Amino acid sequence: MAPIGVDEWVARSGEKREQAGRLRRLGERLNSRVGWWPRLAALAIVGLVYGQLGLNLNFQTVGFNSVLYAILALGLNIAVGWAGLLDLGYIAFFGFGAYGYALFSSHAFGNLVALQGGIHLSIVAIIPIVLVGAGIVGVLIGLVALRLQGDYLAIVTLFVGQAFVEIVNNVDPTVFGGNNGLYGLDPWHGLGGRIGTLNGYYYAALVILIMLMAGLHLLDNSRTGRAWRALRDDPLAAEVMTVPVNRLKVMAFSFGAIVAALAGIVFAAQQRSVFPTNFQSSVLILIYACLVLGGVGGIAGAVLGGVTVTVVEAMLSSPTDSSYLFYGLILLAMVARVRPWRHLALMLGAIVGFGLALRAIVGAISHAAIAGPPGSVGWIGTVMRHFVIVPTGSITYGNILFAALVVALIAIVQLRGIWRQVAIVPTVYAAACCWESRLIVDTGVTAQIVLGAILVVMMAARPHGLLGTRRVEVV
Amino acid sequence: MPLLELDGVCLSFGGLRALHALDLHVEEHEIVSVIGPNGAGKTTLFNIITGIYDPSAGDIRFEGRSIVGLPAHRITNRGIARTFQSLRLFLNMSVKENVKTATYGQTHASPVESMLRLPRARREERAVNERAEDVLGFFGQRLQGYRFDQPAYVLSYANRRRLEIARAMATGARMLLLDEPAAGMNPNETHEITELIARLRDERGYTILVIEHDMHVVEGISDRVVALDHGEKLTEGTFAEVANHPQVIEAYLGRNPEALQK
Repeated sequence: MAPIGVDEWVARSGEKREQAGRLRRLGERLNSRVGWWPRLAALAIVGLVYGQLGLNLNFQTVGFNSVLYAILALGLNIAVGWAGLLDLGYIAFFGFGAYGYALFSSHAFGNLVALQGGIHLSIVAIIPIVLVGAGIVGVLIGLVALRLQGDYLAIVTLFVGQAFVEIVNNVDPTVFGGNNGLYGLDPWHGLGGRIGTLNGYYYAALVILIMLMAGLHLLDNSRTGRAWRALRDDPLAAEVMTVPVNRLKVMAFSFGAIVAALAGIVFAAQQRSVFPTNFQSSVLILIYACLVLGGVGGIAGAVLGGVTVTVVEAMLSSPTDSSYLFYGLILLAMVARVRPWRHLALMLGAIVGFGLALRAIVGAISHAAIAGPPGSVGWIGTVMRHFVIVPTGSITYGNILFAALVVALIAIVQLRGIWRQVAIVPTVYAAACCWESRLIVDTGVTAQIVLGAILVVMMAARPHGLLGTRRVEVV
Repeated sequence: MPLLELDGVCLSFGGLRALHALDLHVEEHEIVSVIGPNGAGKTTLFNIITGIYDPSAGDIRFEGRSIVGLPAHRITNRGIARTFQSLRLFLNMSVKENVKTATYGQTHASPVESMLRLPRARREERAVNERAEDVLGFFGQRLQGYRFDQPAYVLSYANRRRLEIARAMATGARMLLLDEPAAGMNPNETHEITELIARLRDERGYTILVIEHDMHVVEGISDRVVALDHGEKLTEGTFAEVANHPQVIEAYLGRNPEALQK
């Protein structure tokens, strides 16, 4: 019999852990042995090396955007992930920071007050001014939000986000530039130096990111972080346990606002311009996608999400890379999910066989039906030319195929056992045809669709995100 | 001077009188039980004392000072901590973090100090850690060692009740309000919780006000018992006095029909 005070389930937990896979064990050991700051240092080194590689402008842009979105996701995580406040007005603070920087480093203010040439402050002055401003606005909006919970809070904060775009769009175009935005901004300058290159801003953003990660990690494990997470789980219990819930909610809004504004300052300076369209809800959704994908409530998750979403978006905007991504993901999903191995081999063989046979039959009936060129280029294009069915003038065909594909995917989810595996064969082939004939042609729209699909699959397979921890509501 | 003193406290929800002209006092180091049938107003009494509701009339004094109208977190800081009948732990936080959270009111490091780990933040963090381990140690092996870092939702029901008490202890309060600490526990665990409540007073010097339905527990721990029904105090006194009081028997069991006929 187990000694009193030790229940059996827990007594066996060590044994159960032994049975877990070797990879997981290794991960766990690494997790418990390596402290947080060596990991952070490793990330910093990877970031620095990436900057030193001397990559072309495309890669530099991806690097910069990754870091920028990681910062934005970290800021969003404060209110949404820790304090559990669904803040849809977050994007307004990103805009606040960007426009704040723009006003203090361009001709814009010159039109407001009789000041020839506007205001051109050094970055050392702008950062504190804008961040304090963002903090104050965050407090004000937090105060409004105190009386609202859940969906109502979401709606009101969404309004704040929309209001920001409308304000910069419509209030005094001579200052805010209206639709045309503000451009010709100064680069960061101060302390006798200036940052003029994309790579320079990449390093600046990287330094901010690393410092922010360290600071937020320490904050998370302090009284403030614990109080935030407590009020997310149970505000009433938190209040009774000496946590001033209202003050902490306002603080969460305000801290998030400051981080977003900091990201805005970097963004505006790198772009050398700001436009109202930079701060639309679609950008907000992208930041949410980062956080959800990486795992709500975690620092590492937010950063991984920011990097992943940016890289996926960048890949999707190039025809070659997007084909790699598309076919790669399908292959990866099959390798990960189809067991045993011979089923996988059988299925892959069936897809190839099915495709070649169907193409031969269709080609025998009408040559025009297979005469269209596939959208992919490079070796994938060469392979697909002999595999998929793409008619000449393929827009309508592609649209119909896409609709059929969605129906087929829903059907597959409903099917069970061997029928699911059978149904996957034509569906994958249809997906390839649809991709080559239609999806790859409109990269902008396709990027949204694929990103959405990735999120849907992700949420079904791993609701707590890549690095998130499973959370319970009531047990 | 009593530690806690309620003076003519009333509370109505619309037309419903949840509490009416309630007087109650708890002396330092006393264990007082509140009993009464369901809906008698016991939990409402706790909610009023801890500031979740404000009384519509009357006064509540703790250590001689009125606490009416103070926000709940300030009242706990003054020294009254509670547990909940329907467990309200921070389920997604670890056992230790649950307890550490309750020390918020006793620490003062600002977020910036915490982010930079300045001396005050470090000092407080060390103290909070020691306090958490001390408080959890009070429950023997059950909430210790590997348990520290487990999320609260993996705990068994009885351990969750213990953790709620630990969390209330960590607030630094002098007085604990325990809302049905033995609810849902098996006879063994009930016996244990009875001893635990006595130890809370004897070893740690707490003053305790406890709501309990299990009469064995009430009998075992109470210095004094207060019986409520329909928001009013029926009687108070020793367990034997209250248990044999005709109005208490009536409230629990109804009136004897033969007695009615006479």
